[in-house]
Parts: sequence; structure tokens; C-alpha cells
Amino acid sequence: MSSIDLTWVIGGPQGGGVETAANIFAGACAGCGLKVFGKREYYSNIKGEHSYFGVRVSDKTIRSNVRGITMLVGFDAETLFRHADDVFDDGAIVYESDLSEMQIDEVHTLDAQFKERLKKYLLSKNKPFTIQGSLDEAKERGVTLYPVSFKEILSNLSDETKNPKIRGMFRMQNVLAVSISIGLLGLPPETLLKSVGSIFSRKAEIAEMNKIAANYAYNLATVKYSKFRYQLSSIPKEEHTMLVQGFQSTSLGKIACGCRFQSYYPITPASDESVFLESNEIFEVENNRPGSTLVVQTEDEISAIGMIIGASLTGARSSTSTSGPGFSLMAEALGWAGINEVPIVVTLYQRSGPSTGLPTRHGQDDLQFAIHAGHGDFPRIVYASGDTEEGFYDTAKCFNFADIYQIPVIHMMDKFIASTVSTVKRFDPTKITIERGKLLEKIDALGYQRFTPSPDGISPRSRLGLENGIFWNTGDESDESGHISEDPENRIYKMDKRAHKMDLALERIPKEDLAINYGVSDFCILSWGSTKGPILDAIDMLNKEGYKIGFIQIKMLHPFPTQYVQSLLSGVKKIIDIEANQSGQMGSLLNEYLDRKVDYYILKYTGRPMTCNELFDSVKKIIDNKAEKKQVLTYGV
Amino acid sequence: MVSNVSDYKTDVHNDWCPGCGDFGIVSAIQMALAEMEIPRHKAAIFSGVGCSGKTSHYLNVYGVHTLHGRVLPFSQGAKLANPEMTVVAVGGDGDGLGIGAGHFVAAGRRNVDMTYLIFNNGVYGLTKGQASPTLKLGLKTKSLPEPNVNQSVNPIALAIASGFTFVARGYAYDVRQLKDLIIAAVKHRGLSFLDVLQPCPTYNDINTRDWFSGMDNIDEMTNRPRPRIYKLEDVEYDPVVHIDSPEEENEKLTQALIKSNEWDSKIPTGIFYKNDIAASYDERMSERIPNYLENPPAYQEISSGGKSITDISKMLDKLEI
Repeated sequence: MSSIDLTWVIGGPQGGGVETAANIFAGACAGCGLKVFGKREYYSNIKGEHSYFGVRVSDKTIRSNVRGITMLVGFDAETLFRHADDVFDDGAIVYESDLSEMQIDEVHTLDAQFKERLKKYLLSKNKPFTIQGSLDEAKERGVTLYPVSFKEILSNLSDETKNPKIRGMFRMQNVLAVSISIGLLGLPPETLLKSVGSIFSRKAEIAEMNKIAANYAYNLATVKYSKFRYQLSSIPKEEHTMLVQGFQSTSLGKIACGCRFQSYYPITPASDESVFLESNEIFEVENNRPGSTLVVQTEDEISAIGMIIGASLTGARSSTSTSGPGFSLMAEALGWAGINEVPIVVTLYQRSGPSTGLPTRHGQDDLQFAIHAGHGDFPRIVYASGDTEEGFYDTAKCFNFADIYQIPVIHMMDKFIASTVSTVKRFDPTKITIERGKLLEKIDALGYQRFTPSPDGISPRSRLGLENGIFWNTGDESDESGHISEDPENRIYKMDKRAHKMDLALERIPKEDLAINYGVSDFCILSWGSTKGPILDAIDMLNKEGYKIGFIQIKMLHPFPTQYVQSLLSGVKKIIDIEANQSGQMGSLLNEYLDRKVDYYILKYTGRPMTCNELFDSVKKIIDNKAEKKQVLTYGV
Repeated sequence: MVSNVSDYKTDVHNDWCPGCGDFGIVSAIQMALAEMEIPRHKAAIFSGVGCSGKTSHYLNVYGVHTLHGRVLPFSQGAKLANPEMTVVAVGGDGDGLGIGAGHFVAAGRRNVDMTYLIFNNGVYGLTKGQASPTLKLGLKTKSLPEPNVNQSVNPIALAIASGFTFVARGYAYDVRQLKDLIIAAVKHRGLSFLDVLQPCPTYNDINTRDWFSGMDNIDEMTNRPRPRIYKLEDVEYDPVVHIDSPEEENEKLTQALIKSNEWDSKIPTGIFYKNDIAASYDERMSERIPNYLENPPAYQEISSGGKSITDISKMLDKLEI
């Protein structure tokens, strides 16, 4: 049997249930043992603007999105205008048949730039500026069209079930569209119904109604339409597979590793994490009382970081979660945590900047800022996760780093990971360790001093409330007890004491936590964060065509693991830097720390994540010696 | 254990200007802590930045000198994570009502069980006397090139409008009254605010100690100064919300707002508003997390032998397919 690999896309106005539909689809496929990788794209808007969800389905491991659409589902004109030309020639479009006469200019949410591009394209194909024009263009390329009157289905369903309410339930179009798709793709109805049930599990009546609708539409698809040329089928389910959204990884990591205080200010795409924590604020603890996370929504991000510093001073593991604009506000307090050696974790879900930028779109724009945020020299760790699974385990590592080295840790995540829905192996909390470093539980002797010298430069840490452990902190430079000191010799002692922790971290942290080596070759990709998935998928594709390519994923971005990366690169002839930002921010680090320069850049800064196909093409060009020094990727709407 | 005031003093050299009102405030805090017999390790003083920021270094309890304007976020975080601590936050008027005003309002809404003292002197002392948010419109203190062009903020009114459940004013040179106010503020369950009039002898040459004592306003009959400062308790003012009704609350809020507008010839000190009925943040949180106060973030056990003891299996089960 040949392997399955297709992409299903559903679009619609924001707030219209697209996400629910995609989750049902993903759940139905995952329930059949298939792997799914879904991503959501949306505008900074509550209702009305175009949002869409692409779900890639396969019977083998997938870690990224692909270029092109196998099956497009649209019950609004914008979805069809935006995506019809992206459907593969052998793909399909399931669409609301009422829409065919809609004109491009009638769709007010289409922006002028896009309209112009689309008109130019349709003109070149000799097609009118209507939905029919777009559909005909697709049809002529070989795309199968499945016209569906969703209104008619609702009306028939309403009559058959003698439920007049259903006639007006336009949101139900989502479930109908998913069910028709599942029918056309040949998956069994059972997992579909189960997925519908679980999505609406909190509302029994609605769940029941949707199940009836799903069943009806599924049957209609199998009776009324011819089967689609590509068929999905169930495969044996791998045990303990979860369907997870990226942001849930760091949330669950925080609960598991003992973060008990989180404050935040609402910001896309970071706040989902805090909301998840609050929704799960009480939990069981082995042989102990129930535990809880105190989640505090603050008045701004300055307060969010201030609160976690205060909480951390009491010994509680504390963190905040934010995105670029919020992190900008945290810079001053980050330095306070640095000078006072307070362990905190800032989970930084990056998006496209600068300023508000593309507020709901992806980007790896904040690496250099994370490394340099705050005035003055102070140590911090900047650590990046590559995907959902890493997000869980790395969260625990970040808290250990913070506690052991008594420093702020910035955990780099991004919008791509946050809004990815994918099948992953169940997280295993027994694999994480909890190391609290020199945090004191008890102090017997008098004379405790917070910043007392020690051989490794890290002083035993008291916490507010501990008897005999009184200390002082100040944002000023301070002496060993924490009182203000402007003495020049003390200044050298304190600055060097803090800076030394960076050397210590590189010395002590195991290599596999600094960078992941997927094998090196003449041509070697260096990258960080969520580009991991598209890169690994692209490498698989390249290998199949006989191209050899290495890949090193750098996780510890600061302090930079110069020695280790240098040693890995010894046999490498060309370095390819792949990043989702405009300036090649990690590339600058490589140029700064390594004794050689980046040879090629592959960058994407449209706010849309990279696809494996784009990387496949651009890396191939490099190996074939046909590439410019810098390639900029553009795919995606 | 009987506590002495000296137990709460550090031997850190105090570098405030001679005659500064801050000395009286530090003494009052030390006296209050001693009188309440709060073990030193159970108290934490958080301070902002400026002259008043150094307060935490002069007190022999946990002392956290934070960032300019951010004393409330830091201190609330600590109190929420370890509710057993007695937390007192202090800062200047510029710190709390200028750069930190947003936190001031938000803290009022939260009503965390702690105390906040503002050292109110109308100027930014440590940066050489610029106008602070409480300096009255049109005043030209010593180092201002031009008279103050902004209206002043009314700290008492702002605290009341923001939801502080204990609002009072003290005077740095009446240490005994101030000590009593601090004790009442600390004992209040909820967020208490103390506006402390604190003459800056170096940069505020208008609202001076003599001005507060009325040296510029001599009673012709007695030939004695008419002091501006008076005590609310001496005029039969009742600040307490006694019954849980909107009418009662409105009445008490309104009278406090009216009182807070008195200035110039008569300046009230004492408790303006006290509401013990409104639930504090920890009480609200305990309704959601029943064992929050017995098992707060600071005291939760999270590991055994380096392994996590938190059971997230139910959350993971929900995500399994």
C-alpha cells in the first residue's frame, strides 16, 4: 500500500467555527491511527475576517505543513477566492453551490493587494472575476469539484428530525463539511462521531444534534458523490498518542515540574497557556495534599514579571508567559532578577514584530532581543524548543536551569508551535527531573548572607519566611548581605560572580541539551526553534532524492555553546542558516561566536510558517550550486 | 518573645538628609513591628526607588528594594505566594502615583492582604527636586525652573476609587499616631493604604514642617500658630463600613472623598475609610482553591528524590485519542 499524505483545508470567517471543524477532522483522523499536523492561520480580529485551518494527514511521521491543498472546503466566498488556486491539480474542492456568482469585489474582507493579484491571475487564465471563474480555473487543471448546498442539507435535516431549530443553525455547516469530507475520503463514520462527541462533550444536547448532522452528511457524501481519488484508511493506532495543541506542552510542563505561580497579561499567542493553567489550577499530588497553581492576571507585563520575581523570592517556582510586545515591557525587571540572582522563567511565544507587527502570525523575531533585553551586563539563559514535545520536557529543564544557576531563563516558543495541533507521544512526567539547586529549606546558624562567596560562585539561596535567612535585595549593586554598595572592588566581585554562571552552565549542562545533532555532512543546516519540523521533513525528502544534508538544532542560544557547535562543524563545508526572521538573527550569533561565517541563508518573514517543500527546494538549490546567498520564502496566505 | 524596637534596626548607615521626614516613618514601622511582635523572618519590607527606596535597608526584616514604580507588583507576588508573611510596601509619591499609578489602581481592585505606605513630599528628591504628582498646581518649589503646570493627584481619593479597603493618612512628624495607623493597617485584612505626609527639607520649601504646623498662620487672639494638621478621630468621624449594604458603603465612600479634598488650612489625618466586609484576594482565591492558605505556592511540595510528584495523568488522559 502506498503511503498516505494529504492536506485538508477548511476556511471561513473568524468566529464561525472553523477551528472546531478542524479539531473534529483532526480527531477523526487521529482516531483512525493516522498522524495529523494542523495549523491555524487567523487575522487579528474577533469576528468576520478570514481564518483557515490546514490539517495534514499521513500514515507516517509528519512534522510540518506542505505547499498545496489536497482537499479544500469552503462555505464562504473568501475561502474559495483565497485558496482555490492552491489546490493540487488532482485535488478537490468541496464548496457551497450558492456562491458561484459571487464577485471578487463583493467580498469586503478581501484586501486590495490580494484582489489585485487574484484578478491578474484570473485574467491571465481568461476567467471572470467570480467564484465560478476561480472554480473553472481549478476544474480545468483537473481539480474535482463537489458542490454542496449546505442550506438545503440543513433544511432537509430539519424536516427529517422534525427539529425546526436546525434550519437556522448555520454554524452546523462546519460539522456537515467535515463529515462530507470524511465520507469522501473513505474513513469510517465511528471515529468521526466519536470526535464530534468529544469536541462538544460539555454540551450534551448540542453534541447529540451535531452527531445526527454528522451522520446525515457522512451518508449523503457516500451516496450522492463519487469517491475522491485519494482515500484514507485506518491503520493500527499507536498506544498513548495524544492530540495536542502546542501551547498545552508548556502548560503541562509547568504543572508537572512544580511551577506554582504564574502571572500574565493577555497577549496573542501566549495567553492560551495561562488560561490552560487556570482551567487546571487544582491537581493531585502523590502522597500529599492537592496542589494548585496560582494564576494571576495582571494590569500589564511589567506587573506580571514583578509578581513572579516576588513569588520566586518566597521559594515558589514562578513564571510568566508572553509575546514580543509584552516581553519588551519586562526588560527592566529582567535585569533586576539578574542582579539579584532570582530564578524566574519567562516563556516567550514569539510572533512577527516589530511593534504590534503581525499580531497573530508566526515569527522567530525575538532571539537577539531575548539575549540582550535589559540594560547592563547580567547572565541569563535563552533556550529554544523545536516542537510541541520538546516544549513539555524543555519547560522542566528551564526551571532547573533557573534554580541551579539562580538566573532568569527565557524559554523561546512561537506562534507556529502554539497553534499547531498534532499527534504526539503521550508526555512522560517520569522523564523529567526537578533540581532546585542551592535553595535552602532550613538555616540553623546565624550570620547568613545571601551573596556569600562559594567555590562555584553560586550562593545558597534563602527564601522569604525562612528563620535565620533574612536577606536584602536591591536593584543597586550590593554587598554580600544585599545592602547597597558602590565599592569598586565589591563591584568587580559581584559582576564576575554573576557572569561566571554562564561559563558554569556551559560546563555542566549536557551536550545533548545544548544542541541536537541530526548528523553532519558537507552541507549542514544550522537552525533553532520551530523550523525543526519543516527541516526534518525536507531532509527526508532530500534523502529520498539522494541528497545528503546535515542538521544541527541549537537549543541553548545563550550562553552560546561555541565549543560544542564548533566541534560538530569541523567537517562541514557549507553552513546554511534557516530562520523565520528577516535578518538571520541566529546567523549573527554564528558569525559572532564561530571562527567562520554563514554561507547561505534561508529566511521567511511573511508571518506564515515554512513548509517542508519550500525548504526542500531551497536547500536543493544550494547543494546544486544554483542558489543565491540569501533565499527568502514566500508561500502561504 | 518580647520584641524590642532595636531588633528591627540594621546598622546600615542612613544617608537621608538631616531633618528628613523619612526618619519618622522608619521609626514608626520599627515600633509597629515590635509592638505587634512579628518575628523578623515573618516580615518583608518592599520598597520602590528614590529616597524612600532605601527604607528596606534600614529594617532588620526581609528587605526587597525593587524597581522604580514596581513595588506593588513585587510585593503582591510575594504575599500571594507566601500569605504567612506580613508584607509592607513603601515608596515615594512619584514612584506610586506617577510611574507606578497603573499598579496602584490595579492593586486596589485586587485587595491583597498587605499594606502600602506612600512617602508623600511633593517632589522627586533623589533627582534634585522635580515636581511629583502630588505637588499642587502653580507651586514653585525650590528647584523648579517654572511653577508646577500640572494638577495634583489626590492619593486618598484615588485609593478609595480604586478599591483599597483601608485608607488613612499619617504625618511623618507624628510618629506615635503613625505607628498606630501602621498597626491598624497591617491588622486590616485586605489592602491598606497609608498616605504619609513627609516634608522634604531639601527640595520642598513650601510644604515644610513649619507650614504643616501653621507657622505662617498665626491666630491673632492667642498669638499662636493654627496647625493645619488635625485628626479625624477628634472630629467624631466614623470611617468604618458597619453593615453590608450599598447605601452604607456609598455613604462612607462619599464622606471619605469629601474629607480627602480638605487641604490648605485644614488637613485631616487618621483613617478615612475602612471596609472589613469586602473580601480580600486570599478569601476570594480560597473559594476557588480551598487549601490555598494552608498549602500556598511557597510551601507546596513538588518533588521527591528529584522526581515530580504532581499527577498530571488526568490532563494527559483527556488529550489521548
